Amino acid sequence: MKRHAVLWSLIVLAVAMLAPFVIVALNALKTPAQYASGGPLALPTDITFQGIADFWDRVDFGRKLLNSFIISGSVAVLAVVVSVLNAYALGIGRVRGRLWILIAFLVANTLPQEAMVYPLYFLAKVTGLYDTQLSVIVIFTIVQAAFGTYLLTSTYAGFPHELLEAARIDGANKWQVLVRIVVPVSRPTLGVLFVFSFIWTWNEFFLPLVLLISNDTQTVPVALGVLQGQRLMDATMTSASALLGVIPAIVFFLIFQRTLTRGITAGAVK
Amino acid sequence: MITRTVRERGSYLLFLIPGALLLIAVILVPFVMNVGISFTRWQGVGDPQWTGLDNYTRLFGDSTFWSSFQHNLALVVAMAILPTAAGLVVAAALFDVIGKRFGPRAASVLRACVYLPQVLPVAVAGIVWSWILAPQGALNEFLGLAGLGFLAQNWLGDPDIALWSVMGVLLWIQLGYPVVIFMAGLQRADPSLHEAAELDGASWWGRFWHVTVPQIRPEVFVVLLTCTIAALKVFGPIYVLTRGGPGGATNVPSYFSFQNFFEKTQVGYGAAIATVLTVLILVLTAVFLKVQNRGERA
Repeated sequence: MKRHAVLWSLIVLAVAMLAPFVIVALNALKTPAQYASGGPLALPTDITFQGIADFWDRVDFGRKLLNSFIISGSVAVLAVVVSVLNAYALGIGRVRGRLWILIAFLVANTLPQEAMVYPLYFLAKVTGLYDTQLSVIVIFTIVQAAFGTYLLTSTYAGFPHELLEAARIDGANKWQVLVRIVVPVSRPTLGVLFVFSFIWTWNEFFLPLVLLISNDTQTVPVALGVLQGQRLMDATMTSASALLGVIPAIVFFLIFQRTLTRGITAGAVK
Repeated sequence: MITRTVRERGSYLLFLIPGALLLIAVILVPFVMNVGISFTRWQGVGDPQWTGLDNYTRLFGDSTFWSSFQHNLALVVAMAILPTAAGLVVAAALFDVIGKRFGPRAASVLRACVYLPQVLPVAVAGIVWSWILAPQGALNEFLGLAGLGFLAQNWLGDPDIALWSVMGVLLWIQLGYPVVIFMAGLQRADPSLHEAAELDGASWWGRFWHVTVPQIRPEVFVVLLTCTIAALKVFGPIYVLTRGGPGGATNVPSYFSFQNFFEKTQVGYGAAIATVLTVLILVLTAVFLKVQNRGERA
């Protein structure tokens, strides 16, 4: 009996966690008139995608999605590359002073973006990178690589020594060892790092809000956040915007779960 | 031989060049510039005027600054302390009761439900909630239907309640993170200790407190540290939910510095706020790591 009480209280918790998503989806499918008569909790009587379509056109949502994909995808690829290079030197090359270099990257990961934002804004204006996606890509490459360096260095410190030795005896130089041995063997971890970097960059708000101001460069969260701040939308349009913001996150969530499991099991088999 | 290893190691330094250059250009130089700016009066255009410690003395007499830190403490409770405490109970219940009696599939589905808010962009989570918490929003409507209409509030517009509402939203966002980390930790923990305690007749609560929690202490430390840092940096939810209002009732250092940088163009003052926030975060990180180190050695 007691364990059923535990089960039911956890189900109630799960429903409470999901309720906001359900309410948003319900109202995104209503007409404004229906919302006005039934309020936010009534079920939609006839489902319409008009609110979503209107919002999509109004903010050019396809463009925002593309921007977010370009930025997050580039950052994820570059952050993995930079992390691999760093971790190869620190974990396998064991360069001198590696502990301090690692601490420098960790501190970089901990610093609040508020303490860099104005100089970055200023420098971006001086170099002509203000309001370009390149500026955001460069910044988040190192922000995510700081975490990736930390994660990968501990993985590479335990890299099977025999594999490296065998390749060296075959006459491979450092670059060849990295590309032919280290990267393929650590692919599962690199996959996890890629996914994390992608999602974290997708969700970033503060620096993209400051650096990206025009319609052609803004990401999904920035565009939605700015629009929300202007308080110009009616209730159904707000829920349509929230739903459009939620959907990519849920899609990534499903992909992310699989990758993570793959990463963990691959690590266990080793 | 020795010279060879030195040269061997030396050439690995080449691999650090891209990361090091980016670190210097994007993190280190801007950070040092920010500290420099904090000693000046500057509107963002023209030449900054050196004013020494003026910004800092002004800061310590500024009640907005102090109240923003008080609000930050409340957010630490909402984002670090409560999620850790609740996360321990939920993770243990999912692992011990649901996973063992109802199957791992049920446990992972429930875990996924609790974790879902974590993958949302915080700005989007803010939009979802600002709409639910609006005066005519879903929460007040729900209270009315449940016969609790007298509880209806202007959740984000009332200065006495807004901070509590923000705390609730952050708890909703944050809870999934400790649950997932703790469940992974419990899988690593040794089940025989747990079974021994059960045979000795220890209650569920006794086993939870004396066996489960000590075994995942490293995870608890990591979660407390990362969540506390995240709470000190909170910006997106405040920007979307309340803009620091009403009347500064939910202002936090991060948003306060943003206001000074970009709305009031008091760049030097904003830089001073950001610098204080940074020092606080670094000190806190160092203390946490030190305590954790001592705990591991003991």
